Amino acid sequence: MAIPSYATRGERIWHYLFLGICGLVFLFLIGPLLVIIPLSFNSQPYFTFSKEMLTFDPAGYSLRWYHDFFTSSAWLNAIKNSFIIGIASTFLATVLGTVAALGLSSRYMPARGVIMALLISPMIVPLIISAAAMFFFFSKVNLAQTYVGVILAHTALGIPFVIITVTATLSSFDTTLIRAAHSLGANPTRTFFKVVLPLVTPGVVSGALFAFITSFDEVVVVLFIAGPEQRTMPIQMWSGIREQISPTILAVATLLVLLSMLLLTTLELLRRRSERLRGVTPE
Amino acid sequence: MSESPEAPLRTADGVPLKVSLRRTVRRSKIKALLLVTPLLAFLIIAFVMPIVEMLWRSVDNPEVSTYLPRTAAALERWDGTDLPDEEAFAALAEDLRVGQAERSMGTLASRLNYEKSGMRSAISRTARGAANLEPPFRESLVDAHRAWGETDTWRLIKRESRPFTPSYYLAAVDRQMSPDGEIVKVPEHMRVHATLFWRTLWMSAVITGLTLLLGYPVAFLLASLPARRSNLLMILVLLPFWTSLLVRTTTWIAILQSQGVLNDVMVALGVVADEARWQMIHNKMGTIIAMTHILLPFMILPLYSVMKTIPPSYMRAARSLGGKPFLSFRRVYFPLTIPGIAAGGILVFILSIGYYITPALVGGQSGRFITNYIAYHMQTSLNWGLAAAIASILLFVVIICYLVFNRLIGVDKVKLG
Repeated sequence: MAIPSYATRGERIWHYLFLGICGLVFLFLIGPLLVIIPLSFNSQPYFTFSKEMLTFDPAGYSLRWYHDFFTSSAWLNAIKNSFIIGIASTFLATVLGTVAALGLSSRYMPARGVIMALLISPMIVPLIISAAAMFFFFSKVNLAQTYVGVILAHTALGIPFVIITVTATLSSFDTTLIRAAHSLGANPTRTFFKVVLPLVTPGVVSGALFAFITSFDEVVVVLFIAGPEQRTMPIQMWSGIREQISPTILAVATLLVLLSMLLLTTLELLRRRSERLRGVTPE
Repeated sequence: MSESPEAPLRTADGVPLKVSLRRTVRRSKIKALLLVTPLLAFLIIAFVMPIVEMLWRSVDNPEVSTYLPRTAAALERWDGTDLPDEEAFAALAEDLRVGQAERSMGTLASRLNYEKSGMRSAISRTARGAANLEPPFRESLVDAHRAWGETDTWRLIKRESRPFTPSYYLAAVDRQMSPDGEIVKVPEHMRVHATLFWRTLWMSAVITGLTLLLGYPVAFLLASLPARRSNLLMILVLLPFWTSLLVRTTTWIAILQSQGVLNDVMVALGVVADEARWQMIHNKMGTIIAMTHILLPFMILPLYSVMKTIPPSYMRAARSLGGKPFLSFRRVYFPLTIPGIAAGGILVFILSIGYYITPALVGGQSGRFITNYIAYHMQTSLNWGLAAAIASILLFVVIICYLVFNRLIGVDKVKLG
């Protein structure tokens, strides 16, 4: 965004002021995440920078909170649970969601608006309401405090994300490609695997990633319907923040920030791949 | 032989084209529906039924008719003016005796205690001695607890023997039913919910306003930069978006608490005295700061996707036609971004009024939302009917916002990332 040559002095000042404001907002967005990374290497059990840390004295830094994290059976168990629940619910949500998205993208889908609104609703209904409702219902059918209960609940919460990303991918899918493949002599199976699948996969994978992160980060529903055996990472963090606040949480937080960077990179690569496959050159 | 122009067009196998087309369309419809059915069935069982069950629970009133069936039947003919007759007292004595033997009076006692304090002890104390009650039951029951000598108690039992009750909804808005059946406000010191509903709404409005204020310039910058640089800056928006909610809440605790980073910096710089550190957390301010940060990407992304579609030449045209920068912005650019403002605003508002985790962790007493009271009634007071009623009211508000959103923007326009 360059300043045009005809800009007046006032406009120039305003332009730099505007850039400054944007810079501050970016700082507000990203600053907090950057602050906790060094804090997690604190050798003291405090949530702030010690004098040694500010003077870059090596004694101020340590890996003790990471050590705590990787040797604590409670944390390791919580990670295990998070992955079990996350992977199972992502699988269910992706399979059910992708199949349904195929139907929803059909031109002949009846009552599309109503059905779409219903399928998206788990994303709109506040989590605490879903959690309370599922608690009442799952207790009645003996699913509360079981892995199956938590997985089913998280599947419901992940479905809207799969639906949104996959229908978006399908809506930009050029159906003439299928006819082109047929006219070039490919049979339907070959067309599906060679043409349709590669184009749709990025959408499905990013939907699955959204569903996974939804489950992996979900606190409220687990808080209500899980038993002590299904303690997940977010629950462990939640009780850590409320009860015994220790910098181990900052170490976990740092690891989770790294995980989100990884996810973000994956999604960006998927987006580029999908654009390349469609023949859209990135600007 | 050529067909006359009036004859219907036919497909190769001789079926009229219209019929064939209709058949194909129906087949496609069924196929599409079949693809959606598994998911629809799953969601109805795992999501819709729980919500319906919760709505049901918010008006469901089974306790009196289940645990005091004889009393409820005896009171049916009672006109409610004076104490009921001996038959009703005898029925109550029998119900209490049976209930005590089956140890089922606890639920009933807490249910009636929501309506009239003192009912818990009246029921549990009388039930304990119910086996030894002698006729005439009227005298012996009033002897056992004076509550049975009050007409209001009997009116309450008669009223609550109905299968449905509005009392959870009344309690959710700090009202109750007086003994005469009128709706009155609860005593001053017990009014909590209405305040919390209003606080949730106005704080969500403040948070929505702040995200708009902070998000608008950033979205504008991102939309007007060349793709390569805006993609780079977009990472700064998407990274917090993808980072765990708890992580972001934790970082705000680390930064804002009285022994936290910001206060330490301020003390070191001499801006704040060590003993007068700022209280920025465990109050309204903590909730507003942390939630503005968490919800900001939800404002920026819809704004960005709308601004991206506005050709930059519009602004140049406005300028070349003599518009001053501010006027051109206000009359040309800003109106075009209103759909984005509406989308982002409603989205942030919906998410905000339903937030539970962040207010619970950084809100303290004064920065709590109504959602925290749903959790409180679910887990601590165990008044599930009331929790269901509050949740239903909140759900109603959210659905209204959602319908507005759907009407204005359309849910299939929602994009992620």
